[in-house]
Amino acid sequence: MASIQLQDVTKRYPDGFEAVKHMDLDIADGEFVILVGPSGCGKSTALRMIAGLEDITDGELKIGEQVVNDRAPKDRDIAMVFQNYALYPHMTVRDNMGFALKLAHVDKDEIQKRVEEAARVLDLTQHLDRKPANLSGGQRQRVAMGRAIVRDPQAFLMDEPLSNLDAKLRVQMRAEVSRLQDRLGTTTVYVTHDQTEAMTLGDRVAVMRAGVLQQVDTPQVLYDDPTNIFVAGFIGSPAMNFMPAQVESGTVKLPMAEVRAPDGLGAAAGSGEGLIAGIRPEHFEDPSLVSADKKHHGVTFRTRIELVESMGSELYAHFSLEHGGVQSEELAELAQDAGTADVPGGGGGDVVARLDPASNVHQGEETELWIDTGRIHFFDASTGGRIRTGRGTGAGVSGAPA
Amino acid sequence: MGQSATPRQKVAWLIAIALVVLYALIPIAWMISLSLKKASTIGTDTGFFPKEATLQNYSDLFKSGSDFTHALINSFGIAAIATVISIALAAMAAYALARLDFTGKALILSGALAIAMFPAISIVGSLFNIWRNIGLFDTWPGLIIPYMTFALPLGIYTLSAFYREIPWELEQAAQVDGATPFQAFTKVILPLAAPGTFTAAILVFIFAWNDFLFANTLTSTTASRTVPATLAFFTGASQFDQPVAAIAAAAVIVTIPIIIVVLLFQRRIVAGLTAGAVKG
Repeated sequence: MASIQLQDVTKRYPDGFEAVKHMDLDIADGEFVILVGPSGCGKSTALRMIAGLEDITDGELKIGEQVVNDRAPKDRDIAMVFQNYALYPHMTVRDNMGFALKLAHVDKDEIQKRVEEAARVLDLTQHLDRKPANLSGGQRQRVAMGRAIVRDPQAFLMDEPLSNLDAKLRVQMRAEVSRLQDRLGTTTVYVTHDQTEAMTLGDRVAVMRAGVLQQVDTPQVLYDDPTNIFVAGFIGSPAMNFMPAQVESGTVKLPMAEVRAPDGLGAAAGSGEGLIAGIRPEHFEDPSLVSADKKHHGVTFRTRIELVESMGSELYAHFSLEHGGVQSEELAELAQDAGTADVPGGGGGDVVARLDPASNVHQGEETELWIDTGRIHFFDASTGGRIRTGRGTGAGVSGAPA
Repeated sequence: MGQSATPRQKVAWLIAIALVVLYALIPIAWMISLSLKKASTIGTDTGFFPKEATLQNYSDLFKSGSDFTHALINSFGIAAIATVISIALAAMAAYALARLDFTGKALILSGALAIAMFPAISIVGSLFNIWRNIGLFDTWPGLIIPYMTFALPLGIYTLSAFYREIPWELEQAAQVDGATPFQAFTKVILPLAAPGTFTAAILVFIFAWNDFLFANTLTSTTASRTVPATLAFFTGASQFDQPVAAIAAAAVIVTIPIIIVVLLFQRRIVAGLTAGAVKG
């Protein structure tokens, strides 16, 4: 086991395209780090550079304090799980799992022992002599994991290992991966485009966009204290609602209400070309369900609910706001990635509120909603950067890394 | 025939198939019939079925010290060696062409194709002279080299189509698992491409086995003359005898290995010929 350090790592293709730009990332020994971002953000390229399957154009990569830029994949002592598993079709499960050990000239009995131990952990014992073609998707995925763990390598690299599984199995395997990593304590870098996977699995999550690392922190900090509008919009499901805002003499004008401007917002907003407010769906509530002492932290407004989706444990109420939508390169990219860019009404002013199931909201009816104004995030519309205000948003998050 | 074919359609299909099969097989049947007739009665016994069947022609072929036995050994040896060497080279070349990006790749591919298209007759004359000057005339290598040259493009094209269908990730997985690129090739790619390698080998072997042009031009004695060339030099028992029956018997014998190979591996050959065309 070892730490992994990327120092100013850049990947530039011969045509000049930079897939990864000046990436700095320190992964501690035994840590589980997730690289997450929309497709094409460079996360897989970064992982493949760690594996040695892509050359590093600039910068330095260290595994276990040793610079490994020029080492072939086989000399880096890392194990990788591929998205399509890449099992050797002509070998049995046993041979697949033992292949690396055989190449390393490990003694036959030892290989046997380690393969059987891994098979036991992954519940593959009765499948050891079958070929991958005869296994189900979930079993193949476990064989791919098994092939990695028998080696006891310096680090595991996983490239979207769960994305080929169906939804239910994915949730199950997600827990499995988490347990396994916990047990083995091996440094793991895990690439995914699924923010739910990122939030649930990692010790720390590194959010990437267009080859640039946006923010690296624990899932909770990313959620509560995003460093820019991209991270705010990417992390969380349903996504944060964005709307234009204006500051005028101590108040912030939102499309549906006016709230008292937090300290420091006016000064910051004066310089930029505009302000974007972001409100997470759960920071709306039915006013009748908000306790009196909490209520004065927020404001109430009236709106017409267009659609109510009941999830059982919560309600998603959709309503729209009269505004031209917010313009931001980052948000456009998020919408593109989610596929909502082409959906009519998908961008613009649609707002989702996550309410208590006991809420008195009905489709097509006008109703009152309450916003927890203390938890509104503000972003500079021109840079997408977060404007940090005096009133904290999360709990004790000052000094979070940028 | 689709599932919805009516009985009438089925009958029509059967008749059509029967006609095609007859058209293709009658010459072979005729050849077998000829080979069973007595050499002396060929001119008089003109029926499809021999009046008097005999295996005399076959046993004459294998009389001790006959040219034909030598020719069979030459044919097998030369075709086998040419096949092994060209497949070994083609496997590596095809792997490089399928996986690597290097300058001149397009040139190599089109060069290989050009060689495959090159009319052999146009180089036979000069080869004859060169081979005589450098001492390759009438030797095994003298035939193996041109066969390899013409078989390589075939092998490279067939094999690279196979390699292209093997996912990249498999080699990357092997490399991460600790394999050198050569180990990844031999332990992962080659076993997976075995059907393709086999197909290419069969096609190359058949090409070498069937060749007449080079075998006839570049050989002069039993030291290296292969079966197709030897057939052309058959003579009858006396100078007034036509060697028709003997040639027919020899033709049957050289056809047999090919028929066996093709029947055994027809699925693979078809798969190999269409590889890359249809995703399998």
